[in-house]
Amino acid sequence: MFTRGPSLGMRLFLLGIFSILLMYFDHQRGHLQTVREALSVAVYPIRVVVDLPARALVWGGDSLSTRSRLLDENERLRREGLETRVRLQRLEALEAENGRLRALLESTPRLPDRLLVAEILSVDLDPFSHRLVIDKGSRDEVYVGQAMLDAHGIVGQVTRVEPLSAEAILISDPNHATPVEVNRNGLRSIALGTGDSGTLNLPFLPNNADVRPGDLLISSGLGGAFPSGYPVARVTNVERRPGEPFAAVSAEPTGALNREREVLLVWNQMPAPDVPEADDREADHPAEDRTEAESVAGTGELAAEAEDGE
Amino acid sequence: MIRGRPRIWPVVIFFLVALSLEVAPLPDTAAPWRPPWMALAVVYWSIRQPGRYGVGIAWLTGLLLDVLKGAVLGQHALALATAAYITVKLCQRLRVFPIWQQSVAICLIIAVYGFLLYWINGMTGQQPGGLLPLAPIASALLIWPPMRWITDHYVAPAVGN
Repeated sequence: MFTRGPSLGMRLFLLGIFSILLMYFDHQRGHLQTVREALSVAVYPIRVVVDLPARALVWGGDSLSTRSRLLDENERLRREGLETRVRLQRLEALEAENGRLRALLESTPRLPDRLLVAEILSVDLDPFSHRLVIDKGSRDEVYVGQAMLDAHGIVGQVTRVEPLSAEAILISDPNHATPVEVNRNGLRSIALGTGDSGTLNLPFLPNNADVRPGDLLISSGLGGAFPSGYPVARVTNVERRPGEPFAAVSAEPTGALNREREVLLVWNQMPAPDVPEADDREADHPAEDRTEAESVAGTGELAAEAEDGE
Repeated sequence: MIRGRPRIWPVVIFFLVALSLEVAPLPDTAAPWRPPWMALAVVYWSIRQPGRYGVGIAWLTGLLLDVLKGAVLGQHALALATAAYITVKLCQRLRVFPIWQQSVAICLIIAVYGFLLYWINGMTGQQPGGLLPLAPIASALLIWPPMRWITDHYVAPAVGN
């Protein structure tokens, strides 16, 4: 009854060998991108269907909201728009000034970043890692390692690109590290995810480092993954431990991780030195989060050493 | 007893629903307890029609699940194929078990599936540690009796055995 072709045990054995080969080539070598892309198009409808209830909820909330609430929101947005525009006027002058100063110093000018709004699909991938799916993929020129922001700061980066969608890792994932600097004095460090979307750890700051609760941490641009100068987190707690080499510093991400439905993808047009690295990452992206974390951790050690040197 | 070809649509829809439930959003506290829907679906159909839905189909659906969940390709495929193999081997006995005994037996099959996933996660370096990743095994024990009852009576009452 069951034995047409190879026996059941034989089939399992062959499939087992095949699975192990698949895992090896996918995880260690990253040769299977085309297979994954083809299959991802096949399962994309499932992702969309799963996302439908959440989308319907948002749509329902929008279309059923009362007139007074809409008026309130409109009023608030208008006020925010005005404030933003006022701040932007000053920013444009500052940007021009910065450009002139950089020209004087003969350093490379900063190019404006290109942005694209992507929507987060409410699809749960793995309850133990902070990853999510967005509705933009290689069709929209999204690339691996691309930075993801929201209105308040850096949220994460893209780890895998498929034709119609992409997977991203949040900065709060335990496997993720973000190169940051303290906005007040330019002190560089690494912010590690903790698995809790409200906390980041900065384990490589010495006890005498000049860092205080309330300090804003911005991306330093080291490592090449994130554009420099975007807010990442705000320091919440600094515990100096006399017996230990490093202080225990924790920070709270400024971006609304896991709460927003829309994120911004940034095309980081940093000049020369980062380009080959980005190409490498695209060429072998099997364990991209880990290589990312390792490369970032590498810069972290450098930064820590530099701080020790100072 | 030959009654023509068993209908295939209930099974396809069943698997699609199971795939969707695997990634449907859950609140953070409930997410680790998500029942292993695909494994339960594979076990269910391997018991009912072991000749048609065996190791091969389980492996293919597992590959889809890998892509859907962004896991390492082959992880869920291997675990599901193993679960299907055990189920097909034991299906004659599983069918005559009373429901509680069947639930326990299926819970053990799901445990094999869960441990395989757990080990592969550990080997690829993505394991947070602790035993919470094995929580789905417990939810499988609870969800199997109602799932079987509903499917037997409403989803696919006459696809034949």
